[in-house]
Amino acid sequence: MSTVIDPPKTSTIAGRFGVYGGRYVPETLVAALDELDHAYAEAKVDPAFQARLDSLLRDYAGRPTPLYFAARLSEELGGAKIYLKREDLLHTGAHKINNCIGQGLLAERMGKRRIIAETGAGQHGVATATVCALLSMECVVYMGEEDMRRQELNVYRMRLLGAEVRGVRSGSRTLKDAINEAMRDWVTNVRTTHYLLGSVLGAHPYPTMVRDFHRVIGKEAREQIQEKEGRLPTAIIACVGGGSNAIGAFYEFIPDAQVRLIGVEAGGHGEKLGEHAARFHGGSPGVLQGTYSYLLQNDNGQVSLTHSVSAGLDYASVGPEHAALHDSGRAEYVTATDQAALDATVRLARTEGILPALESAHAVAECIRIAPAMARHDILIVNLSGRGDKDIGILSREMSLKGA
Amino acid sequence: MPIRFIPKPQSRPGLVAYLTVGDPDLTTTRDIALAAIDAGADVIELGVPFSDPLADGPVIQRASERALRHGTTLGDVLAIAADLRRQRPDSGLVIFSYFNPILRFGLERFCSAAEQAGVDGVLVTDMIVEEAGEYLASLERHHLAPIFLAAPTSPDERLKRIAAVSQGFVYAISRTGITGTQQSLATEAEALVSRLRRYTDLPIAVGFGISNAEHFAAVGEFADAAVIGSALVRIIEQDIERAAPQEAPSSIGRFIEGLRTGPRAPVLQVR
Repeated sequence: MSTVIDPPKTSTIAGRFGVYGGRYVPETLVAALDELDHAYAEAKVDPAFQARLDSLLRDYAGRPTPLYFAARLSEELGGAKIYLKREDLLHTGAHKINNCIGQGLLAERMGKRRIIAETGAGQHGVATATVCALLSMECVVYMGEEDMRRQELNVYRMRLLGAEVRGVRSGSRTLKDAINEAMRDWVTNVRTTHYLLGSVLGAHPYPTMVRDFHRVIGKEAREQIQEKEGRLPTAIIACVGGGSNAIGAFYEFIPDAQVRLIGVEAGGHGEKLGEHAARFHGGSPGVLQGTYSYLLQNDNGQVSLTHSVSAGLDYASVGPEHAALHDSGRAEYVTATDQAALDATVRLARTEGILPALESAHAVAECIRIAPAMARHDILIVNLSGRGDKDIGILSREMSLKGA
Repeated sequence: MPIRFIPKPQSRPGLVAYLTVGDPDLTTTRDIALAAIDAGADVIELGVPFSDPLADGPVIQRASERALRHGTTLGDVLAIAADLRRQRPDSGLVIFSYFNPILRFGLERFCSAAEQAGVDGVLVTDMIVEEAGEYLASLERHHLAPIFLAAPTSPDERLKRIAAVSQGFVYAISRTGITGTQQSLATEAEALVSRLRRYTDLPIAVGFGISNAEHFAAVGEFADAAVIGSALVRIIEQDIERAAPQEAPSSIGRFIEGLRTGPRAPVLQVR
């Protein structure tokens, strides 16, 4: 792998994380990004906006989510005490709703009644369709055809909620291609449309704004673990596709140097380009879809195809703040293979009666890998970012289970 | 050494022709470019194919896919540029790319190679003025004209900044949207050009959706040049579809000649 020459350093845009982030977009979108940036800055300090957001997060989405002590799993693994941050219990089944409510309210504030979104696993699409129903907005969701096939339940859910789901046929027909198509829509309809981006990706202000809407995960977890254990955890583990659940879980703990932050990328089914989505293991810095971050690419700067059993992690780039946390060493990024995630799904289902989303199962897999070697007084928090109901189809295709 | 520039056309409108390099193959791209120049194109935009062309419509997406299928690289684009420069010393040559292939190649290395090849200017679709510090410095060191996009959504203060750092010409996008042909020319284009005029004496080229002689003439009423991209790429695609890619240079030549009614006027004099 060749080294990167000339990383951009002279940006005058806010929203840099070290050298990463920035705003690499067609000129047509800049005014809308500025508008969003200003609207968000105002909303952030507007007590009425915050009150409405908090109220919806509490009464509609179901916050705070529990921090659950997984006694049986901890016992079986024989090492660290394992806690699960139960984002899977939120309305619509994943953390994604935190950001969708926030951006939905912002769109309303900006007077934009048409919402577009991309989705991989369908969780962000479902959450967006849900918020659009709630706020009476038009909703168009772009989804790769491969993802529509493997997450067909969520496609139906979105349509049931009144959203239009548009299949995307280009590239590998997954998340990256859905984002390209959403951006093409946005650049065309930018005056009337808000792009409700679903992760800490894209041009400024998205990575910062989306992170802020998910900070509540770590904020709650920090209070909850103090209450239950009287101390901070040894480590927090979260899966990283774009990285929104992970940054939300990590952010409040960044100043606590003794707390390890562990992000888990999709190891897929091999180490060659195209067989995984592990940007920190085979990727290098580059610009994709508005931001400068780690990227799976070939020597000519063409973006690689990726693979993961989980549609939500199947993406060639990663949020720029994770790139900065990686380079500074503050967070560690490891991988879990498709098989490890499938095994972890079954194990959590059978020890705790909790069926994790395949994305979140990557975090569970890392927990299963490291917990046994840890001490009894160590504490692991796994961010269980979503529930696995959507994955029943793919699970049944991947594994033929016999009654235990 | 002064920066090379693309001066105002002596006869309106000038023609900027976009081609995706490597579609259908490198040699044919070169021959298409030569045919375009000989038929009256003042500036050739050599498009670097990219895996994720998010500012482009389906026609250029498909051309990029075809070009990438047989491994077209930025190095190939520079080689074609050098070849064109040898054969047509007076034509305008612009590299048109997304940022990542250039970043991966190395910004400074790219600019040096582009200068060597005799390229006049560079347009990076996803490069905006706020991010352009080092980019502009590198281009300047190598006497390459930075060409930026101006959009109907760009407020005046942005147009001013865009105009201030642009050289060669300014590329005014005729409408919000992605590249591609359209039935009628957007009315937004004229308003944008007149706003831009307040801030620059550079030639203004209007692009996006210009696909026939009528549009071309209409643009000539208010702008210095028209950029034609998807319409050319579609003609090439049609020749590929009917298994006659070798016909593409003459198809493009005929199309460009047909854009100008009446006797060919002397147009956009370059360098």
